[in-house]
Amino acid sequence: MEKADIKQIETEVKPPVASKGVVGWARANLFNTWFNSILTLVTLFVLWKTVPPFFRWAIVDSLWFSTGEACRGTEGACWSVIPANIRFILFGFFPYQLQWRPLLAMVILVVLLFYSRDRRHWNNSLVYAWVAGLFAMGLLMKGGILGLVEVESTQWGGLPLTLMLSVFGLAAAYPLGVVLALGRQSKMPAVKALCVVYIEMIRGVPLITLLFMSSIVFPLFLPEGVTVNVILRAQVAIIMFTAAYIAEVVRGGLQGMSKGQYEAAESLGLNYYQTMRLVILPQALKIVIPPTVSQLISALKDTSLVVIIALYDLLKTTQSVLSDPSWMAFSSEAYIFVALIYFFCCYFMSSYSRRLEKELDTGL
Amino acid sequence: MQPNQDKVQRGAPPATVPFYNDPKKRAILFQIVTLLMVGLLAFYLISNTLTNLEKQSIATGLGFLQKESAFEIGESPIPYSAADTYGRALVVGFLNTLIVSSVGIIITIILGTLLGIARLSTNWLVSKLAAVYIEVLQDIPVLLQLFFWYAFFYNILPSPRSALNPIVGVFLSNRGLVFAVPEAHPVYKYMAIAVVVAGVVIYFLRRWAKQRQARTGQIFPALRVSLALVIGFPLLTWAIGGAPTAMNVPVLKGFNFIGGTNISPEFTALLLGLILYTAAFVAEVVRAGIQSVSKGQTEAAMSLGLKSAQVLNQVILPQALRVIIPPLTSQMLNLTKNSSLAVAIGYPDFVSVAGTTINQTGQAIEGVALMMVVYLTLSLLTSAFMNWYNKKTALVER
Repeated sequence: MEKADIKQIETEVKPPVASKGVVGWARANLFNTWFNSILTLVTLFVLWKTVPPFFRWAIVDSLWFSTGEACRGTEGACWSVIPANIRFILFGFFPYQLQWRPLLAMVILVVLLFYSRDRRHWNNSLVYAWVAGLFAMGLLMKGGILGLVEVESTQWGGLPLTLMLSVFGLAAAYPLGVVLALGRQSKMPAVKALCVVYIEMIRGVPLITLLFMSSIVFPLFLPEGVTVNVILRAQVAIIMFTAAYIAEVVRGGLQGMSKGQYEAAESLGLNYYQTMRLVILPQALKIVIPPTVSQLISALKDTSLVVIIALYDLLKTTQSVLSDPSWMAFSSEAYIFVALIYFFCCYFMSSYSRRLEKELDTGL
Repeated sequence: MQPNQDKVQRGAPPATVPFYNDPKKRAILFQIVTLLMVGLLAFYLISNTLTNLEKQSIATGLGFLQKESAFEIGESPIPYSAADTYGRALVVGFLNTLIVSSVGIIITIILGTLLGIARLSTNWLVSKLAAVYIEVLQDIPVLLQLFFWYAFFYNILPSPRSALNPIVGVFLSNRGLVFAVPEAHPVYKYMAIAVVVAGVVIYFLRRWAKQRQARTGQIFPALRVSLALVIGFPLLTWAIGGAPTAMNVPVLKGFNFIGGTNISPEFTALLLGLILYTAAFVAEVVRAGIQSVSKGQTEAAMSLGLKSAQVLNQVILPQALRVIIPPLTSQMLNLTKNSSLAVAIGYPDFVSVAGTTINQTGQAIEGVALMMVVYLTLSLLTSAFMNWYNKKTALVER
């Protein structure tokens, strides 16, 4: 008798159909107020009007491996623009037969990046791996020894150039930014003034003016006969620009440190270098991981600005493919492809930063 | 040497510290060395530059500003021709920069705020769509977006003959956006004046309303009255001026439209790219600002009996804005700086005009310096405003 009662109660207290399952979820999340109901309906209508046509354009009616002429007849997307020109888009003017070299260099870079993701791998041998990897990449790109044909850096382009400008730009800008931030916090007036002027000046101007500076003004600074490679000059401009922004982010972290940390370090007898290296920076840099990474992401995106000083990075090679009359009409497809590459790079960085933040969280 | 003497000295501070161990002297020395190095570098670069300029016989100084520019500018808010000076050309470029930035800033704030609110919406669909928009648009370089829209206008939109006509009087073609405008009539000038007058009246009205509220506690319906004034004043002027309704409608003639107002594809692409990109960042700023106000504030305000509009106006917004305004200003500054990418799609902004000037005169140093000075001035003005605002709204703790 009792058992039956309990059973009956159990069946009785089952939630009503309308508050569970798909219906319940929709009621709670899509139709909870009259305003939300209207909003949902309007949004669904707009999606219904846009998504199926887009799907038809991008997938159903699209052509993937055809000539530019064949594309003209279709209503759909002409993704063929990418496979037909993929090698130029990715490698630019790098000699056609030698394009396995930049490809291999990129593979090395990606493998190194993925290997470095795991913090358990952060030790001395990783440093050696990076040094060896960078050396190998430089060798593959430049050539000239070990039976590799030399390739002038003016022929570098496409994705390797974008990755190179980004990775070296970020790697060099970060420590420089930390030094600038420390300089700005310094008690020495001359050092502080220099750092403040530098940071505020760089942050006040668009990157493009710095790139102009590097491409047309900088050659005037050098003694006659001395020339510096244009890629290197752009790289330096990107580093200088990013460093100023990193410096401001790091300064935020330094200002967030309580005075007690400095005093404790001092009372332990640590000198300035030790205080910074062992006590302040590890904490300050940790709390500014999210803004630092968003700075690094914008630096990665900003490398695309080298288009304006006519370097053949990923965006410029795509653009020059599109200047070919037979592909001109398919700019959307090509730009969407490039956008996806950038998106995945940025997404990789931001998801990694979230993970790193979690791993380094000591609960303080 | 006596062993005893040694013992006495141990532990006691030495009579004179060598200068390299005295922190103060060391700091001075370090600074002198730094300054010397910077100075030497500057001297080296300047002397190199001077020799180079002399050898390549490039003129120096800003004298070129007075010379005839001999190049045309596609669009200009003030009269300009190739016979005008470089100085005037640069002013045109600067005005174009200001136009695209200010229009962009206004629309970006509106769109970004809507997106930020949508992100926080209790409506799952709207919130997720806003999240996807924010995440995707933030991760694509703005230059790529500009190229995308520019190519969209030039290659994908039809020619004027088969222009898209989404709304009556608006035509979208590869020559840009053309739309109908009211026929020129003196009353429109007075309507503009009426808007300004309404603004001034509202300013004083709000001040009075605030003082009255502080004195008596009575709340004046400021928002409704301001809206009525802003709409009513110009409308009244229009009615008094004879209520002209004639429209200047664009008509297709030959290969292009005649009449109406034409917005070039360059301007539209630039504006669209900047707005869509920056709005994603603004949305994040707005979201963070709204989330920074704790829920207890809303509950406390409601339990005091405030209406929901009052809760928003008097409690939530004043606190959220304190968090929102500083990053919002820096996003606006970013938009202004990013408008310099106009040079890549051929809109004659300041950087683009200065670039042409550099090409023609060869005076790269002056040209680049002018670009830097202009943007630096804008940035410094903005940060001055920021400091003023921060001081004004800083939390006064009691």
